[in-house]
Amino acid sequence: MAPTIGVLALQGAFIEHERALERLGVASREVRQRKHLDGIDGLIIPGGESTTIGKLLDVLGMTEPVRALGRAGLPIWGTCAGLILLATDVGRPQTTLRLLDIGVERNAFGSQLDSFEARVPVPALGEEPFPAVFIRAPLIARLGAGVTPLATLTDGTIVAAERDGLLATAFHPELTDDPRFHQYFLDKVAARTAWDAAPETVAATR
Amino acid sequence: MQTVNGANEIYTNGDGVEKSTWATKTGLAQMLKGGVIMDVVTPEQARLAEDAGAVAVMALERVPSDIRKEGGVARMSPPELVAAIKEAVTIPVMAKARIGHFVEAQVLEALDIDYIDESEVLTPADDRFHIEKHAFKIPFVCGARDLGEALRRIGEGAAMIRSKGEPGTGNIVEAVRHLREITGGIRRLQTAPREELMTIAKELGAPYELVRQVAAAGKLPVVLFCAGGVATPADAALVMQLGAEGVFVGSGIFKSADPARTARAIVQATTNFRDAALIAEVSKGLGEPMKGLELGAIPAESLMAPRGW
Repeated sequence: MAPTIGVLALQGAFIEHERALERLGVASREVRQRKHLDGIDGLIIPGGESTTIGKLLDVLGMTEPVRALGRAGLPIWGTCAGLILLATDVGRPQTTLRLLDIGVERNAFGSQLDSFEARVPVPALGEEPFPAVFIRAPLIARLGAGVTPLATLTDGTIVAAERDGLLATAFHPELTDDPRFHQYFLDKVAARTAWDAAPETVAATR
Repeated sequence: MQTVNGANEIYTNGDGVEKSTWATKTGLAQMLKGGVIMDVVTPEQARLAEDAGAVAVMALERVPSDIRKEGGVARMSPPELVAAIKEAVTIPVMAKARIGHFVEAQVLEALDIDYIDESEVLTPADDRFHIEKHAFKIPFVCGARDLGEALRRIGEGAAMIRSKGEPGTGNIVEAVRHLREITGGIRRLQTAPREELMTIAKELGAPYELVRQVAAAGKLPVVLFCAGGVATPADAALVMQLGAEGVFVGSGIFKSADPARTARAIVQATTNFRDAALIAEVSKGLGEPMKGLELGAIPAESLMAPRGW
């Protein structure tokens, strides 16, 4: 059965993620309230302002439910602000889901004048570098145990990482036409769904 | 990425890294969508706005309703105020330059803020020409009353548009009118046969290439916010339902009885703008909204929206 991907639609560039999924033939659902979390197979937390999205998660009573889903293995992908919201440590008091053990530096490259585009190698997606748009972007300063880096800039700065179903990118694949990161996340969702359906078989093929 | 005529001012550091591209300029506005941008006049107000969930703050010396009341020439915010507000928050900081005052814009760019609003709230510096915004590394937001005005500003390099409304009134009627003019203009383009587009471009006074883009896409090539008169959570939800992608609130927050609560309520209503029960809930106990002004009570020469062209 085709998966339903929830896109957290409290604030930010959620429509761009919906369109990217649509181009891959996948249905998405805007998640604006707790009830919209029911029955989703994966969740994307879009770019936006992490402080705003965090506060809205709190006032809408969604922080704990999303955290619980993540802990239970729901694949979740955070882009930019979404990466910050997944992190355990962002160096300042603000609501995050604390699902992915990474240390994050917010606005790490400077102000808007330092926002940039670059072609970043992402070995997991093949040889062709990924067209990455960084907007007041964070960086990953520390990787916790079990967290794998997926993309680094030429100076070694880590800008994407994953652990199991959790995926975090400091840049915005949804602002480009390159579908590879969305497909990569959908593959995580498919793997999880297959695991749920027949854990023994999947375990055997690992 | 989408390009607009002449919009590809690219600054390269030789490492394959490109800064201040059209994608990064319009991209920041994409990240602000669904959010509320609040006018603040002190670092304390900026922190309150951030705590309430604002996606950005607009640093200025006086909110529009005070500019209206006190009169005189309204200019760019003082640099030390902009710097102090930038220091106080982690969310993006915007500041206003006078229409056509490209040196105020250069100064704001030198202050390393995140966005410039070339704004009719301030006294225009040039009665014929707006700022050539492609020449700047920093992105601009501009006001518009209709589709033609929006496309002229985008043609000059605006990376974000806001409907003008009538600032400092707490009266939503002009915001609604301008928003409907813009969205209605887009709908008309969508149904027009191709051969009519050049004549429509002429009538709108808008660049033909942009007219064609809008006709094909059914939306502006940049993000569209609403400004000028939003005073309550219901006002914010109204303009969101009418097609705004986010909201600027000027005097509506800090001229209300309880700014912190009003700010939080407007943020929530902007996110869940179709959920009337939730809007009802957050609207309770806010106390008096800003007093507001009937448009007819404003002398024609004091109207701000007609500034710019």
